[in-house]
Amino acid sequence: MTLTNDPAAKIRDKALWMRRRAFRMVFEAQQGHPGGDFSATDIMATLFFGVMKYDPARPDWPDRDRFIMSKGHATGALYTVLSAAGYFPEDWLATYMQPKSRLSGHPNRNYLPGIETNTGPLGHGLPVATGIAIAGQLTGAAYRTFVLTGDGEMQEGSNWEAAMTAGNRKLRNLTWIVDRNRLQQGAGTEETNGLDPLDKKFEAFGWDVALVDGHDAAALLQVLSAAPGDRPRAVIANTVKGKGVSFMENKANWHHGVPNAEQFAQAMKELV
Amino acid sequence: MSAPAAKTEGLFDCREAWVATLEALAAADDRIVVVVNDSVGSSKLNSFQKKFPDRTINVGIAEQCMVGVGAGLANGGRIPFVSAAGCFLTGRALEQVKADVVYAGFNVKLVGQSSGVAYGELGPTHHSIEDFAWLRTLVNLTVIAPADAWETAEAIKWAAAHEGPVYLRLSRMPVPNLEVANRVFRAGKAELLREGAEATIIACGTTVHRAVAAADLLLAEGIAARVLNMATINPQDEEAVLAAAAQTGAIVTVEEASVRGGLGGAVAELTSAHQPVPVERVGFPGFVPTGSVEWLFNEYGLSRDGIAAATRRAIQRSGR
Repeated sequence: MTLTNDPAAKIRDKALWMRRRAFRMVFEAQQGHPGGDFSATDIMATLFFGVMKYDPARPDWPDRDRFIMSKGHATGALYTVLSAAGYFPEDWLATYMQPKSRLSGHPNRNYLPGIETNTGPLGHGLPVATGIAIAGQLTGAAYRTFVLTGDGEMQEGSNWEAAMTAGNRKLRNLTWIVDRNRLQQGAGTEETNGLDPLDKKFEAFGWDVALVDGHDAAALLQVLSAAPGDRPRAVIANTVKGKGVSFMENKANWHHGVPNAEQFAQAMKELV
Repeated sequence: MSAPAAKTEGLFDCREAWVATLEALAAADDRIVVVVNDSVGSSKLNSFQKKFPDRTINVGIAEQCMVGVGAGLANGGRIPFVSAAGCFLTGRALEQVKADVVYAGFNVKLVGQSSGVAYGELGPTHHSIEDFAWLRTLVNLTVIAPADAWETAEAIKWAAAHEGPVYLRLSRMPVPNLEVANRVFRAGKAELLREGAEATIIACGTTVHRAVAAADLLLAEGIAARVLNMATINPQDEEAVLAAAAQTGAIVTVEEASVRGGLGGAVAELTSAHQPVPVERVGFPGFVPTGSVEWLFNEYGLSRDGIAAATRRAIQRSGR
């Protein structure tokens, strides 16, 4: 890893480690959702290593910034970032999806520190994040709430209920990041139940909108660290499912595909 | 424990007790907030909203969002009372109740208003008779159906003080106050209203005073039936149920709910495993036809006479 004071370089180093470690978890467990892990990795590395204030020694610190992982199936990305952030030892990652592991296929806040709410069924993160932001608004707390959703999951109506609530309440302390990899489990989002134009939808619901390359650490850092405006902010992060591994990129079947030994070795060669 | 229970003069809408208690709690603890789905009026929360406008969070007609927001408020250190018609709160938002509140283990109080068949003629879309069966499977969720205004107030106070998810199942149906000497609310514990050794009637919510009336009718015939107010459906007071089975040999369950999977289901599961006795389940068989609340209660035997008849059947089946 490079020694540098460049915050984007640090984020890139963390993201590289996360991808390699998450893919090893998936390989060893022969289960997981690596395509979505890789599309979200740079966003999460940026939040945890460049944007959010938190203290892994005090996961219940009332003024911590919150990160809500709405796409709860991407536990490879979530568990690696929490471990890298210091919430639990790295060797716990080797227990991923083993019987009685704290590292369940979908995250459980009662098993691991750093998890704000249990997710897995889609369309749950944004309403919960909205409630957290309302609590902050009520108490005048300084914390910010970041929620990461997939794009396919925006077909769930509960997201739009919460988008309306957050927009109407002007929850300026809430940031919603959409991992816009344009693929869902079975096919492309636009050929399944199209989402575009997402930016206009968000604007119509009362949100500020930013578009960003979801794999550009410097650009992510700039967008996600920007001071809140007077409305909630939606960040459409354009991403690539399976980002970083040639044979996985933009392939829907790597949503929950798992590598064989050759594929794992090839990925490790590419993730450097 | 031979405390007499009888109707007093007058009937009371337990929603008055709900809102008065909640306002008092909220005045003393600024963590208490309410979350509603355009249900301020139907939850009788108009005066709460006037007193605590910032702490009345109305997400509009959006139950999934409502329950998720409740979980988020708990994450942010608030004590949310999420109040909506029972049918929509539990049916429309069941996955949010399961995942966001109970599985995640947040300190959220779910308050089902106008539960059971309180909406009468509006029909099964607006009835909440499936809620006991749905929610009883969520092991860490305390489910309470208070029987009268006093118990409603006590249950709300208990819920506010309890750390963990609770479902309070309230009704708009006026009920009499039960008269019980030295009454103490104990969550998870059955309340003995009538002593008896020939059968036990286990009731909850709006049916409890009817169960007492049935026991009084039976006593006049020379049949002494025990009556238990089982306000807490989940977790079940297993000790009281097994004692009733062992000591009285016949059980009748009465609930303003489906006979599948609710209070009757819980009692049948427990007794069949540990103390098999006849269990007559009084409640609704499924979707019911249009009719007033009183008509529905009478038609399906949730009446004094219907409960008494079920008790005679249970005793006959027990062969004692």
